[in-house]
Amino acid sequence: MRVRALEAQLTEKGYIDPAALDVLIDAYQTKIGPRNGAQVVARAWRDPEFRLWLLKDATAAIASLGFAGRQGEHMVAVENTPEMHNMVVCTLCSCYPWAVLGLPPTWYKSAPYRARAVKDPRGVLKEFGVELPASTQIRIWDSTAEVRYLVLPQRPPDTEHLSEQELANLVTRDSMIGTGLPNSAA
Amino acid sequence: MTYRSHADLGGQDVRDPIVQEAEGDVFHAPWEPRVMALVVAMGPTGLSNIDMNRATRETLPNYRDLTYYQIWLAALEKLALQNGVLSESPPAPKQVQHAGDVMARIKRGWPASRPAAGPARFSLGDRVRTLQREPQHHTRLPGYARGKVGVIEKIHGAHVFPDTNAHGMGEAPQWLYTVAFDEKELWGDTAPLQRSVVSVDAFEPYLEPA
Repeated sequence: MRVRALEAQLTEKGYIDPAALDVLIDAYQTKIGPRNGAQVVARAWRDPEFRLWLLKDATAAIASLGFAGRQGEHMVAVENTPEMHNMVVCTLCSCYPWAVLGLPPTWYKSAPYRARAVKDPRGVLKEFGVELPASTQIRIWDSTAEVRYLVLPQRPPDTEHLSEQELANLVTRDSMIGTGLPNSAA
Repeated sequence: MTYRSHADLGGQDVRDPIVQEAEGDVFHAPWEPRVMALVVAMGPTGLSNIDMNRATRETLPNYRDLTYYQIWLAALEKLALQNGVLSESPPAPKQVQHAGDVMARIKRGWPASRPAAGPARFSLGDRVRTLQREPQHHTRLPGYARGKVGVIEKIHGAHVFPDTNAHGMGEAPQWLYTVAFDEKELWGDTAPLQRSVVSVDAFEPYLEPA
């Protein structure tokens, strides 16, 4: 198998410590994923000061919750409103805010999403089951450098009584990319 | 030799459906996590940088036929050969990623911001035109946004310039801007209107005053 052969060679030549690979895989399978981003969103929904901080300096606000680092070094949070819907893409490769959303889903890295998100965002949203009012403007952020974007979705109605953790449970990965909406309160 | 990226997909006519995926499904074969980890763990060795990795991936002739982690693997193999990693006298790694400091390394990240060499040429609200010509090297200005007029919307400070860094020509930090374009500017009057605005993050050398 090609991967095993390469890993063995890189290990033998002293570039790779295989134990580090196990830790990395575990980190991105169990610790660093969209539940991090959901915590950020839930905090912003509950705490107006945090929301302002997030919109002004997302890197620092997110770091305060412990989610700083790789592929999240330069964060910008963009807020959805009834007038404006934000959606994130990387047409050139697969740039994605790992620190808050983990590794990107396959569709985010695939040709159809990368090709169509910039030119036919309403069509793409429809494929995800999202239909926005015609009056809502759509803003597409093409992540062409090292800035990473997190969408702050609109808070679902009738959630005033929910705790931060309950709110976080409503936040989906796709709602933080802008291809989905948060779940509604049960 | 001409430089050809096969990864510049924005606005192209690709009609396959977008296949959705549940939240936990980040890997689709047992070897994929290993490839992801190998690529990340090779970072500290200093033999390559993120822009070299991207340039190597996007110029793979069969880029469009490969799955994403196949692309990562092929580029990793190619870079290992190019850098003499598998030769009799391999170059010394700058650092080796050990298990004990994986999490600290992730937390530190790899910031791309650098001190600026001079003042920014553009201010918020300025109208700018992007370069028209397609450069013969790695670049981060997508084809659909070439030769277009947009507005400076954010200024991110100076960042490592991928166009030089990808080719071992240094970081040459450049001012980085978010430039927003109206849909008609990008796609013309004939495309169905979506009420959309698209922005790219563009380095100063990509821009001229408009």
